[in-house]
Amino acid sequence: MKLKHRIYNGTLYVLLCGELDEHSASYVREEMDKAFASGIFKQIIIDLSELEFMDSTGIGVLIGRYKKMKDRSIPIYICNPSSHAEKIFKMTGLYELMPKIV
Amino acid sequence: MKTNNFMEVKFKAQSVNESFARVCVASFCLPLNPTVDEINDIKTAVSEAVTNCVVHAYPHGEGEVLVRVEFDGNDVVISVCDNGIGIKDFVRAREPFYTTKPDEERSGMGFAVMESFMDDVQLQKNGEKGLKVVLRKTLRRGALCKQSC
Repeated sequence: MKLKHRIYNGTLYVLLCGELDEHSASYVREEMDKAFASGIFKQIIIDLSELEFMDSTGIGVLIGRYKKMKDRSIPIYICNPSSHAEKIFKMTGLYELMPKIV
Repeated sequence: MKTNNFMEVKFKAQSVNESFARVCVASFCLPLNPTVDEINDIKTAVSEAVTNCVVHAYPHGEGEVLVRVEFDGNDVVISVCDNGIGIKDFVRAREPFYTTKPDEERSGMGFAVMESFMDDVQLQKNGEKGLKVVLRKTLRRGALCKQSC
């Protein structure tokens, strides 16, 4: 599992690469929180184009990040989910917290 | 074609083995000609069941997970078993968003995901106190192939 991030025009872009499950969850939590503390931005876009697998542990990780950013009034958006990730997001209602953008 | 094939694999209840478990089960299912979506559904359900063993079954020490996969016609039947502390209330455990560890950023959606991605999910006691999760999925392309043949 790897995580890359950069800030551009007031947006924090986070790219998740690999498999997000119980084994990688703590690493993803730590790295996302580091990225969230890395500068000034008005919104966050999480790019899942290179995420190869995710189960409900990933939902817990994302909801945890949502709660942290909600306190700072910073919205989080999801882009490029696989059809499989999309299925999990729709059934768990995650898009109501983190809308999908194209 | 009906096969009576099966396989079993046992491993330590550690998160590092989750990836192995889902890939192992998915690979074994390939002779049934599953679609990519079906394989992803199976991998996710297996991951949820094994995660449950890793996170909840053995709070006081180490333990093992036994995964058994068998074919029943075009159905794949997967059993994920532990000898841990078990679940007291099966009905409550299956409720969406219910978790016994609310402080750990758990979604509480494990069983809901299993139910959504598989055709049937059964929770049973494994021995005196462990848990056995039985997942069943009918592979549609196999059924279509059988009809057209």
